[in-house]
Amino acid sequence: MKRRATPLQIIVHLAGWLPLALLLYDFFANNLTANPIQDIEQRSGRTALSFLVASLACTPISTFFGWREWVKRRKALGNYGFLYALLHVMTFFLIDYGLDLRSIWRDVNNKPYILIGAIAFLLLLPLAVTSFNYWMKKLGKNWKRLHRLVYLISPLVLAHFFLAVKGNLSTLQGNLLQPLLYSIVVHVLLLVRIPKVKMALLRLRGDFNSRSHATTGASAKEE
Amino acid sequence: MKTQAFPHIPSSEITPKSLYLSRREFIQATGLLAGSLALAACAPDLSSTPTLDTVETPATMQASDELGDAVNSYKDITNYNNFYEFTTDKKGVAALAKDFKTLPWDVQISGLVNNPKTYSVDELVKKFQPEERIYRLRCVEAWSMVIPWVGFPLSKLLADVEPSSDARYVRFETLFDPQQMPGQKSPSYPWPYQEGLRMDEAMHDLTLLATGLYGGELPAQTGGGIRLVVPWKYGFKSIKSIVKIELVAEQPSTLWNIIAPNEYGFYANVNPHIDHPRWSQATERRIGELSRRDTLFFNGYADQVASLYTGMDLSKYY
Repeated sequence: MKRRATPLQIIVHLAGWLPLALLLYDFFANNLTANPIQDIEQRSGRTALSFLVASLACTPISTFFGWREWVKRRKALGNYGFLYALLHVMTFFLIDYGLDLRSIWRDVNNKPYILIGAIAFLLLLPLAVTSFNYWMKKLGKNWKRLHRLVYLISPLVLAHFFLAVKGNLSTLQGNLLQPLLYSIVVHVLLLVRIPKVKMALLRLRGDFNSRSHATTGASAKEE
Repeated sequence: MKTQAFPHIPSSEITPKSLYLSRREFIQATGLLAGSLALAACAPDLSSTPTLDTVETPATMQASDELGDAVNSYKDITNYNNFYEFTTDKKGVAALAKDFKTLPWDVQISGLVNNPKTYSVDELVKKFQPEERIYRLRCVEAWSMVIPWVGFPLSKLLADVEPSSDARYVRFETLFDPQQMPGQKSPSYPWPYQEGLRMDEAMHDLTLLATGLYGGELPAQTGGGIRLVVPWKYGFKSIKSIVKIELVAEQPSTLWNIIAPNEYGFYANVNPHIDHPRWSQATERRIGELSRRDTLFFNGYADQVASLYTGMDLSKYY
């Protein structure tokens, strides 16, 4: 059976490879700042988080706006997130630390932001491995349960981001704007999954829709 | 022009040759990435080296610090800058600082001094005869560079204004001009940038007021018209584009210390044994190199400055 790719599908896959293409371009154009390793780490990290956020947005978009196709694209978005997380982690351990196990072990042990990031990545691994259809069928109901780990992974990733920038969360001073924005979006996406919140929002939408129908009906009558 | 290779370093402090060579091998072995990095590091952009007018001879492109590490390229030094007054994006500072006016530049010296005075940078250069000083700069973010500054010891200027006996600290302030420095419109930072030194730190011969770089002018993105360079402290202590120097009796507030006192102390001496609360300070990346190197105690200037802190608990006064 042949299916044509949908526009959304094409956009998702273009968006998935574009950051890597840009990174490679900047690498060969010598555009990665004087500290290219740090630049690769920071860009791949932000990209990974962006795809994580996008994958979290699929279900709400489908639920609240009725655009069901997003749910089908969730897996691809999650996998792109993993791709960039892998690049992020590999750059850190293989190039930045040159696989110097002594330094890595010391920093993973002492430095909360590296420890939290490492835990988040380890939790992401089983999700990436089981993203194949084979595992989806094999695990059945447990597949969904396993993939709920993302609700734990996302706050860990946010904490990792907050701890890596210069600033002070209690006074909101410093370089906190980016992690703060990501954090707000992730919070919203997690909150609307809570059944009570979800039902309330759906009811609101229902009211809004019926009211707008009513007004259109009324105006139609007047004409 | 006199180039001083500061300071004398005992052989025990120098990186063993075997370690240095193994680093080299690693860089070579890593092929592609290393190749492009090496290219970037070895290609100082000669065309953009500024015209010489603060010193009469061109800077030595082959120069190295007293540990034998080569100076970073002019391009790296002027295109990778932490200067939040313009932007928090290190590679974006140069473009935003392009039209920043560094000349004429005035510095006002006031407070507990007998001769308060406002100097122009021109005047300071004529009076104090800047020399080239090749210093390591270690950023609190765990990267470092070797930079050929042109400047004169702060102690000369302080002697000229004659601090009174109750002056115990020196306070520095950066220009506040959100029109020229768009980053200062951000409400996330308590502008203007301010920093401080204890009197004996300020009087130390290594403590420099820089007016030039690479034998030329001091570009805006590196802190022109005039900046402080304190090589044994993390980079954020070396305040840029100074307009005010004040001698005071009490320890002055400093910008990063106001934001996060548990992370950025007043002293901020480079110390591989005292980690930043959230990240390690044990190693650093020298810009242009692939693998990390160990961070040196007092950034390699321990012989010159450790005595300033005798008897102080460095884990408490970080």
